Amino acid sequence: MNYSGTHSGFTQQANMRLRNSSMDDSDGSQLFENTSGAEVGPQAGYRNQQGGPPPAGSSGHSLLTDPMSNLAMAYGSSLATQGREMMDKNLDRFIPISKLKYYFAVDTLYVGKKLGLLVFPYMHKNWEVSYQQDTPVAPRFDVNAPDLYIPSMGFITYLLVAGLALGTQNRFSPELLGVHASSALVWLVMEVLVVLLSLYLVTVNTDLTTIDLLAFSGYKYVGMIVGVVAGLLFGRTAYYLSLLWCCAAIFVFMIRSLRLKLLSEAAAEGRLVRGARNQLRMYLTMAIAAAQPIFMYWLTYHLVR
Amino acid sequence: MALTLYALIQTAVLCTNALAVLHEERFLSKLGWGVEQGVGGFGDDPGVKAQILNLIRSVRTVMRVPLIIVNSACIVLLMLFG
Repeated sequence: MNYSGTHSGFTQQANMRLRNSSMDDSDGSQLFENTSGAEVGPQAGYRNQQGGPPPAGSSGHSLLTDPMSNLAMAYGSSLATQGREMMDKNLDRFIPISKLKYYFAVDTLYVGKKLGLLVFPYMHKNWEVSYQQDTPVAPRFDVNAPDLYIPSMGFITYLLVAGLALGTQNRFSPELLGVHASSALVWLVMEVLVVLLSLYLVTVNTDLTTIDLLAFSGYKYVGMIVGVVAGLLFGRTAYYLSLLWCCAAIFVFMIRSLRLKLLSEAAAEGRLVRGARNQLRMYLTMAIAAAQPIFMYWLTYHLVR
Repeated sequence: MALTLYALIQTAVLCTNALAVLHEERFLSKLGWGVEQGVGGFGDDPGVKAQILNLIRSVRTVMRVPLIIVNSACIVLLMLFG
């Protein structure tokens, strides 16, 4: 009827506006493929919009056909768009959303290869991150690039698995889930802060950003989940064995990934370089890599009794 | 194990307070950690000790006023809510 006609025309217009904004973002950075049907959108919107008002104007006594309320709706929608733009602009100052988008540009193949690399890094030969005209390539195209998808999913899965483990021991309560979440988050934040502090003290000139460090620290959740699930399925021995394997794997993974970013050129290639500063950098890399198994054990040992 | 975000904030405030109360001439100079020892070599390798001294001095300079505000807020909140 006329009522549904104007209503659908209005929502079609709003959808078209939303799709247009997302299209601008992805075309500008080429991080994500443009999978929205943007070509079909505008014409359908315009056609529907033209089809909307004429049948509405002919009846004349439903609420939405009143020209004043039409004006009010149009004004309200423009106000909402303005508010959203202003919020986006201000939010971008505090949380760099555009930089965060780079870390989530992953696909299934990358996630699969990265998970395999986290559990078995011994066969991988080339650990360098490839660059494309001074900017690092999106994680979708390079296995060695750090991402935030696996750490965030791993964190949430760790919480769920912790809840499951507590439930099998009849120790579960919903507050415990929140306690686990906040303590794991606090340990993560403290670890990133300590690594940042030590990087500042040793004056390493590296292009590792804070988010990169967050990503590297979040990779240990994968090993923790594997250990706890093995412990739940097969008992304590399986937990210790799989945790040992995952700890060794994460140790090797961190050393090989961080070596190229923290050490100087010569030392990274394996040549023996003397000097106190290079030694300090080596110790720092080993300390960061050794902290991962410690955290992995600390955060999971109370889950498998 | 039951660390909360509140504990993290408490730790941060306490550590910053600890860094801010280190007195320059009564304590640090006696230890050989004064300002003049911090700006040692002019090469491109400041060294760990110089970085630490720099960090302590900058925390003292930058965080004095915010620490006053945060400490006052903590005192008021603790008195009100225990």
